[in-house]
Amino acid sequence: MENEKFEPKIVAFVCNWCTYTGADLAGTSRLKQQTNARLIRVPCTGRIDPVFIIKAFEKGADGVLVSGCHPNDCHYNTGNFHARRRWIFFRQLLDFVGIDSSRLYFSWVSASEGKKWVDVVDGVINSVREKGPFNGYKKLNKEIEIPVK
Amino acid sequence: MKQLIDISKELFESKQVGYIIGYAEDKFKRVKPFVAYSSLDTERFVFNNNSVNNLAVYLTRLPKAKEGKIGIVAKGCDIKSIIALIQENQIKRDDVIIIGVNCNSVVNQIDEQFSKENTAIKCKYCQVRTPAHYDYLVGEIKEVELPEDKNFAIMQKLDSMSAEEKWNFWEAEFEKCVKCYACRQVCPLCYCEQCIVDKSMPRWIDSSATTKGNFAWNMIRAFHLSGRCIGCNECERACPAEIPLSLLNRKMGMVAINEFNYRHGTDINQPTLIGNYNVNDKEDFIM
Ligand code: SF4
Ligand code: SF4
Ligand code: SF4
Ligand code: FES
Repeated sequence: MENEKFEPKIVAFVCNWCTYTGADLAGTSRLKQQTNARLIRVPCTGRIDPVFIIKAFEKGADGVLVSGCHPNDCHYNTGNFHARRRWIFFRQLLDFVGIDSSRLYFSWVSASEGKKWVDVVDGVINSVREKGPFNGYKKLNKEIEIPVK
Repeated sequence: MKQLIDISKELFESKQVGYIIGYAEDKFKRVKPFVAYSSLDTERFVFNNNSVNNLAVYLTRLPKAKEGKIGIVAKGCDIKSIIALIQENQIKRDDVIIIGVNCNSVVNQIDEQFSKENTAIKCKYCQVRTPAHYDYLVGEIKEVELPEDKNFAIMQKLDSMSAEEKWNFWEAEFEKCVKCYACRQVCPLCYCEQCIVDKSMPRWIDSSATTKGNFAWNMIRAFHLSGRCIGCNECERACPAEIPLSLLNRKMGMVAINEFNYRHGTDINQPTLIGNYNVNDKEDFIM
């Protein structure tokens, strides 16, 4: 275990209209990126309930990325504005209970920003790799494991 | 509390109210929430340092009065939650008659004598001992001694801790949670018809009292109250596990003040912080 290299698990919540399409563009343009991020497509950043982010950490994510349309570009006009205000609270709440909020990343990536998507994802993966695994929940998950006979 | 009883009687006799939510003593002399449905009932009304409950919680829980408005006896801090409910479109200003009381602090521990030591911490910072908003005002302001804020040091300590230390602190606290939901039931602003913790398809928050699920529950509740909690501290008082829930609310309240200069429940005409946005909201944390 000791000498096994740590590979971070990243969950990325992306909005359908901008970032997902941007990530798609990165793929069709055959841009190279690391593969540690699992994308979860949601209609809009406004649909990302912070409980999703908690769930991701519970299920073993070492980092979470949330990404959507640039301000004023939201498909539903205001979803990202509402979301942004909530994140201001949520980040500080995470910090307060001991989940380092620097493991939670945010970006605006538009449908045409395939290159930016690659930079963001690579940046997030490298930064989480440096931080190491998030262990908080690992111990708590043990509490409810059913012993196998 | 002759004044309080007289006004209540008058409200019934002029048929302005269907019922009035207030406080009365039970046979053990404990002050408890009490709903008066008639002029005669109002004779049981009391108000003193043991009137701790935030009665605004009943505004969204009790059925509407058949005739007339709902009367409510409320301290300044409780009136903040009434204003919050109006701001959040849960009740109409015209549907309630607020009998504000001048408050001389309330106890921290019920069943113990009121004293400087046994005063709720929220009273230390209270700006509304004479309520800021009411239809009637009763009672008199007396000189009171303010309690120590023992949570201040804890907040400072938490702020200086590493993420892991904070996690351990809260792990030890949340471990005790028994998921009784008293914190939610007593909260005037937890009026959701279906709470997220009760949703089972999909189940977002473990319903069994595991530390993991307790973390999610307490975090999400604190988040749902962010920018909305008015600091009545009823949740902490109701919690049988003695989890310092007020620390979470206090932190989120500080975010609302520091980042947005916003205090919920102070002005019935002010748009709510959550549910609205400003195109210039801070985004230095977004790539
Ligand atoms: S915890 Fe959240 S979902 Fe549950 S009642 Fe309170 S505000 Fe509503
Ligand atoms: S969260 Fe607690 S302190 Fe805040 S309004 Fe609800 S009961 Fe009162
Ligand atoms: S009142 Fe306390 S023990 Fe009960 S659910 Fe709330 S935090 Fe948990
Ligand atoms: S649709 Fe992309 S953020 Fe709203």
